[in-house]
Amino acid sequence: MTKQVKQLDRVIIRFAGDSGDGMQLTGDRFTQETASFGNDLATFPNFPAEIRAPQGTLPGVSSFQVHFADHDILTPGDAPDVLVAMNPAALKANLADLPKGATIIVDTHDFSARNLTKAGYSANPLEDDSLAEFALHTVDLTGMTVEAVKEFGLSRKDAARAKNMFALGLLSWMYGRPTESTIGFLEKRFAKVPDIRDANITAFKAGWYFGETTEAFVVSYEIKPAPMAPGTYRNITGNLALSYGLIAGGVQSGLPVFLGSYPITPASDILHELSKHKSFGITTLQAEDEIAGIGAAIGAAFAGSLGITTTSGPGIALKSEAIGLAVMTELPLIVVDVQRGGPSTGLPTKTEQADLLQAMFGRNGECPVPIVAPQSPGDCFDAAVEAVRIAITYRTPVMLLSDGMLANGSEPWRIPELAELPVIDPNFATEPNKVVTTKDGEEKSEFWPYLRDEETLARPWAVPGTAGLEHRIGGLEKGDGHGNISYDPANHDFMVRTRQAKVDRIAEALPPLVVDDPSGAAKVLVLGWGSTYGPIGAGCRRVRKAGYHVAQVHLRHLNPFPKDLGDILKRYDKVLIPEMNLGQLSLLIRGKYLVDAVGYNQVNGMPLKAAKLADAIGNLVAEAEGIEVNLAAAAAQEAGK
Amino acid sequence: MTTTELPFPSTGQGLAGVPTADGPQTRKEYTSDQEVRWCPGCGDYAVLAAVQGFLPELGLKRENIVFVSGIGCSSRFPYYLDTYGMHSIHGRAPSIATGIATAREDLSVWVVTGDGDALSIGGNHLIHALRRNVNMTILLFNNRIYGLTKGQYSPTSEPGKITKSTPMGSVDHPFNPVSLALGAEASFVARTIDSDRKHLTAVLSAAAAHRGTSFVEIYQNCPIFNDGAFDAIKDRDTAADAIIPLEHGRAIRFGAPDEDGHGSKGLIRSAAGGVEVALVSEVGLDALLVHDAHNPDPTVAFAISRLTDNGVLHQAPIGIFRSVVRPTYDDQARAQVATATEAAPGDRTDRLAALIGGGDTWTIV
Repeated sequence: MTKQVKQLDRVIIRFAGDSGDGMQLTGDRFTQETASFGNDLATFPNFPAEIRAPQGTLPGVSSFQVHFADHDILTPGDAPDVLVAMNPAALKANLADLPKGATIIVDTHDFSARNLTKAGYSANPLEDDSLAEFALHTVDLTGMTVEAVKEFGLSRKDAARAKNMFALGLLSWMYGRPTESTIGFLEKRFAKVPDIRDANITAFKAGWYFGETTEAFVVSYEIKPAPMAPGTYRNITGNLALSYGLIAGGVQSGLPVFLGSYPITPASDILHELSKHKSFGITTLQAEDEIAGIGAAIGAAFAGSLGITTTSGPGIALKSEAIGLAVMTELPLIVVDVQRGGPSTGLPTKTEQADLLQAMFGRNGECPVPIVAPQSPGDCFDAAVEAVRIAITYRTPVMLLSDGMLANGSEPWRIPELAELPVIDPNFATEPNKVVTTKDGEEKSEFWPYLRDEETLARPWAVPGTAGLEHRIGGLEKGDGHGNISYDPANHDFMVRTRQAKVDRIAEALPPLVVDDPSGAAKVLVLGWGSTYGPIGAGCRRVRKAGYHVAQVHLRHLNPFPKDLGDILKRYDKVLIPEMNLGQLSLLIRGKYLVDAVGYNQVNGMPLKAAKLADAIGNLVAEAEGIEVNLAAAAAQEAGK
Repeated sequence: MTTTELPFPSTGQGLAGVPTADGPQTRKEYTSDQEVRWCPGCGDYAVLAAVQGFLPELGLKRENIVFVSGIGCSSRFPYYLDTYGMHSIHGRAPSIATGIATAREDLSVWVVTGDGDALSIGGNHLIHALRRNVNMTILLFNNRIYGLTKGQYSPTSEPGKITKSTPMGSVDHPFNPVSLALGAEASFVARTIDSDRKHLTAVLSAAAAHRGTSFVEIYQNCPIFNDGAFDAIKDRDTAADAIIPLEHGRAIRFGAPDEDGHGSKGLIRSAAGGVEVALVSEVGLDALLVHDAHNPDPTVAFAISRLTDNGVLHQAPIGIFRSVVRPTYDDQARAQVATATEAAPGDRTDRLAALIGGGDTWTIV
């Protein structure tokens, strides 16, 4: 039988199964294969908060979506072209996301009456015509897996567990993925259990051969590697890139690193990762609670380490008072918030951007904290280094706002040359900085912990062990300069304004914003921050592809805003701010610049969808330019040319 | 999950690694230029004077000493000492001190806290610091009242206490700080009194010399909101019956002296397994409990701690309840960093390049 090979420019595949089916691992392996093949890619893991939700139920469904292409892409994709469903619940939970004509590959093994009922099906969808709109492939993945690995003498349950590797093998054949990395991975992962190792490798290969020989699949696909800028690449998740950025911050500043943290989804992986790299002079303390985590980090910062604490929104709530202490004592500190759905415990494994105002204002008193946000998984590295630069240069806590989408999502990352990174000088104080005249008229040198650098307004960082610089700091208001307790009204007013001025001063050293306005004719500006960079960029591309004009600006610095932001906003008639919250950046922009920004807000725990966002941009373009905008028609016309 | 054998680096020497001063020091060097602002008659003055007098005797470089406090009257303490210091936030001093002590072996770290700060809002950090055995000394000033917030009952106030927030009497059951510390498996637990300079200094010396978390409860009088709370043990007429002195290796005796010049009362093991007070003349010398602060089993020390009145104080054991050597968190954490660093020789920058460039990579030219 001759098999056909079709060329595609991009594909979105979603692997879905029970939370115990190994779908995250399957997706991750497929992604690694795809990355090493050289496609551009973006991934979206989506899983329940429960470790093992009841088997076969809708809440227990775990999925991993990967979008890969022969060109530069920005998002994990709105709707899958291919769904791999390992059971009835996985089919039911994901079907609504599929466009007509999508391919569905179903493991028929679990489509028993009992499992169908558990998933809420009254009839077997594989046997009626409810899936007629789709290209349905029914395959007994589990049965074939068990058959393929029977020589290893595993229990039926253990044998069936390798079904995810069978599915991976099949999909790897279908999309021409290189297999060496997965085989190498399995050899390493199961090195201590040879039976399991061999069963998984065999299942993986069996899946590939099945694709190659069966008549059920007549077409395989080729997606050429994407052109990318020269460099060495690896696939990386946001949490890993952020961890590496923090390690790099330690290396670039020459400081030992101290992480005080309490485990919390979706930030725990940063604690795990940093714990592995003690050889870089990194100490990790798993504290008794969120407050102790930041408390220990502040203590270590006072003692001369790069102090870090990592958490998610609920943890920030607990750390608020301590962040205030770091603001008052003006110590460098990195506070990482990997945002998740809120309020309260909210949606631990889902993504959201609703902690911006908490990061900005969530403390008592006038308590300014610089805020930095990465825009993609790989960008978490640079954002972390930038947070370290600001913290050390300005002697301040810095909030690094990642989110669940960035944390677990991945993309190809060009590994930076370390020479490209800033050198960060801790510039410790080593000697007295003030000459005072005593009552007896004698001149005496003293150390004043709140005497500031004129350019940055940063105070000196004098660490214990430095003779002659003994001093006391704390949460009570400081007298300007000498830093002793002061209840003087004028001094308090001055110090409040000075702390704000110091944070504002950060903007002086920021590079100009990048305005993406290819035609220069746009009247609409789309302004975003954080992980919405991908969907906003993809949305803008759709609008431009349809022949319309739109500009895009994405903010890395949320506090202070870059100095040129106000002027840029004024250049456009309309400003659209898409966010995964109810309009938090909008509120800040409207308040600071008196711009009538329009919000595009979605708070469903999921990333924004580029197509819907493009429609919203199109509507605003229509309004701003007084024209009719029909993206679908324009796109169809474009395609027909 | 598996476990691994950890190195056991504890030397038992609390000040090992902290550089010593080049010459003798004076009390004046340790006194900051800040005006002391406690109420007249406050027990905190006596403790401050004792500490200022005691620190020169330690003979450490002044710049290698750090005092950390939380919030409350006693927590103003660091401002009055010319060392490094941080007056932090309510209840969190042990966590901040944990970071300092773990980051730097060359610092002598002290925490000054009170009964509200350490046992109420900061209770969690206290027990975890004690459990981890981080090398620091915690001075808990216990005045059994909230002073800075002007007179509410504290977690050590006696049941029935009438305060601004308990006009009909407190219905809270108090903590016994020494029992709590022993329950948290603290390696050094002591109790002393603000007005007994000699005893206080001796306990501080032993606490500083101990490697690990040293917990010292200091009975401290608040003349404004809880005056006389410790009168029974401070009054010459009653002190002999009120104070049960603990000295390692000696039979525990107190009360009016017998013919042998030692107390007529003593502690014996009770039939129920605890410890109780008996007349020496009735039970005989051989039945008396000999205090063993180094006993690895904290059971007897705990039983002795239960002889403290949790109501109005008429009787309390004073001294070092427990002083045992066990590994400290900070020593072990530093040992792991050192081991990992030794195993990965080479420049940090090169190693960073190798780390971020690891995994499955591909190159575009």
